Amino acid sequence: MQHTVRQAIESGVPDPFPYMHPLMRKNYAQWDWHERPRPGVLHHVSVQGDEIWTVRAGTQRQMDTDTIRKLCQIADEYADGYVRFTIRSNIEFMLGSGDRVAPLIDKLHEEGFPVGGTGNSVSMIAHTQGFLHCDIPATDASGVAKSIMDALHDEFINERMPNRVRLSTSCCQINCGGQADISINIQHTKPPKINHNTVANICERPSVVARCPVAAIRPALVNGKPSLEVDEKKCICCGACYPPCPPMQINDPEHSKLAIWVGGKNSNARSKPSFQKLAVAGLPNNPPRWPEATAVVIKILQCYKEDARDWERLGEWVDRIGWGRFFDMTGLPFTRFHVDNWVGAKYTLNHSTHIRF
Amino acid sequence: MKKKHETPNLDQLESGPWPSFVTGFKRLAEKNEMMSDLLGQLEYSYATKKGYWKGGTLSVMGYGGGIIPRFSEVADKFPASKEFHTLRIMPPPGMHYDTDILRKFCDIWDEHGSGLLALHGQSGDMMFQGCTSDKVQGAFDAINELGFDMGGAGPSVRTSMSCVGAARCEHSCFHEAVAHRTVMNSFTDDLHRPALPYKFKFKFSGCPNDCMNSIQRSDMAVIGTWRDDIRIKQEEVQNFVHARGRQYVIDNVITRCPTHCMTLKDDDNIDIDNRNCVRCMHCINVMTKALSPGKDRGVTILVGGKRTLKIGDLFGTVIVPFKKLETDEDYQSLVELAETIIDFWAENGLEHERCGEMIDRIGFANFLEGVGVEAEPAMVEQPRSNSFIRMDAWEEEADKWHQRHAEKEGVM
Repeated sequence: MQHTVRQAIESGVPDPFPYMHPLMRKNYAQWDWHERPRPGVLHHVSVQGDEIWTVRAGTQRQMDTDTIRKLCQIADEYADGYVRFTIRSNIEFMLGSGDRVAPLIDKLHEEGFPVGGTGNSVSMIAHTQGFLHCDIPATDASGVAKSIMDALHDEFINERMPNRVRLSTSCCQINCGGQADISINIQHTKPPKINHNTVANICERPSVVARCPVAAIRPALVNGKPSLEVDEKKCICCGACYPPCPPMQINDPEHSKLAIWVGGKNSNARSKPSFQKLAVAGLPNNPPRWPEATAVVIKILQCYKEDARDWERLGEWVDRIGWGRFFDMTGLPFTRFHVDNWVGAKYTLNHSTHIRF
Repeated sequence: MKKKHETPNLDQLESGPWPSFVTGFKRLAEKNEMMSDLLGQLEYSYATKKGYWKGGTLSVMGYGGGIIPRFSEVADKFPASKEFHTLRIMPPPGMHYDTDILRKFCDIWDEHGSGLLALHGQSGDMMFQGCTSDKVQGAFDAINELGFDMGGAGPSVRTSMSCVGAARCEHSCFHEAVAHRTVMNSFTDDLHRPALPYKFKFKFSGCPNDCMNSIQRSDMAVIGTWRDDIRIKQEEVQNFVHARGRQYVIDNVITRCPTHCMTLKDDDNIDIDNRNCVRCMHCINVMTKALSPGKDRGVTILVGGKRTLKIGDLFGTVIVPFKKLETDEDYQSLVELAETIIDFWAENGLEHERCGEMIDRIGFANFLEGVGVEAEPAMVEQPRSNSFIRMDAWEEEADKWHQRHAEKEGVM
């Protein structure tokens, strides 16, 4: 049946004010200070003396409508019927009175939503789509997030890290998960396997050639058909050619590994923002629970928790103690792959006698 | 409905304390065939460690982007999830909802789609996941009638994000939601009809804590800051010192200042050399009651941030050190700056080249000239340390600097 054609109303980004908790609307731009009375709870006070309590809870991000309706029911019964979400898929309920915090937390616990993710805790992992919906994933995302958050649940509901810890995971080297204190990302280790029969029909060859960061791809005639070939000595196995040209299969159940990166920081607090650095690679992509990657994340967090000073982010801690000590403490190997050889690499080498012994 | 597929791998993701997406998927699978087969395909991916979706082209009437089409490569095994498209829908800035609107979304999605919703994707959209090609238009129409519009996908201006900001944060230095809407709603054509070299993202963070990760993740980052002095409530400083101890304050506030511009005095007051404060936020983050941003607030704007492919990660670079964002004219000039940058990039960017990659290729000084902005010290970490540059226009350039300074002083 043909749907009646309706022209879209190009309304753009909707106005947030009608969806905002009335206390937020009333005190917009009037907030004065805040404190965290317990993990998962924020208490803000406005210059007018109004107060608002926020209870933050973790979600699974990919939610069925029943889960969303359940959260709505909780919001209606306990929190004036308003919610908001954080950038890390945590849900926040806002309350006009501190007395209502405990009953809401009890209800959230009863329904299986962990309360936490504030201050110096490990918050929910920023993650991508993975096997569920991506067209180029080498691994899953929701499952990795679930497995690691199960393991780090106690660190989500407590605030006992030196500073906040942000995690991310990405299912290919494009890294949609983004920079984080600890980032678990796919790292391919073999060049793409090319299906030469379909390249000519599916791929716009010049743009595939242009995508390669190391100019390792060139047009070629293979078995009489126009195709592409890869200089495997040059290839860095990044997979950039795969999205524009699916016949250049980069994903490999065995050879697409996981790498863990540390020390990314987006905040300008104290030190300037920083990119994450390679900690370890070669970990197996091992669904459904990725135990090897999870173990490394836990190990790194333990060392950070024990050794870092208050307010030091993971990368700032390593900057203070030095990379040598980081590898000693975590027991991770330092290899020639840790030495950068990309553009700007020379600025990452030690040009001094500053060395810790 | 009878269970169609065994899911031994996914079943293992139902245990443990974190909420399980699998449990929700199974609830939906009891109600609809699409999610039942989707579970089957996901399990198959877990077993074989491979993905089985391919893209395609799909849109709604009048738009070019916003739908992420997914066609299964294993539809012979899982026919009901043969088509499993996502609609990206832009949330209100700050991701505020009342339960009424969320329930309406749920009703629409149970009727037109799989019942699976992601709040929110890395792009900042609500993601309505799991729709067949023939139902995409109907689903969008219903959502659009509620006052919500499609997000970005492909080589276009993308859905933006802003922090909770002034709605609940005392650190907020501008009206994030207003700036977010004003800028984004000036680019709806570039959002809905992909025609740029590649994606272009705006992000808005209310203060230098940059909770939206705008420096690393957006082509144009708008971050709140202030020009005058940090506001100090000395009485609260004293309360803090008495509660936590002098050593705590020295170790965690005073010595953590990146420019060493703070002193804790013998009378337990704090002194700040504000000329050397770089607005990093640390002391304010620690002493939330005693310290707060100044009152002469505005934004710093950076351009060219992005993640790794193709040339490696890029941070945004300062293009506007400080800009007031209060009057309609202020907002208008922010939009104009964005237009100028996008126009220059649309003209000069290569296919699939992000704005930051273009800047890296042509050089920041050339980019500044292209968008009509003069160089200033706040844009660099340090001046060049190599001599490989032709400087025969030195006099002219130096004159510009002196002239700009004379004008600035004249105004003051």
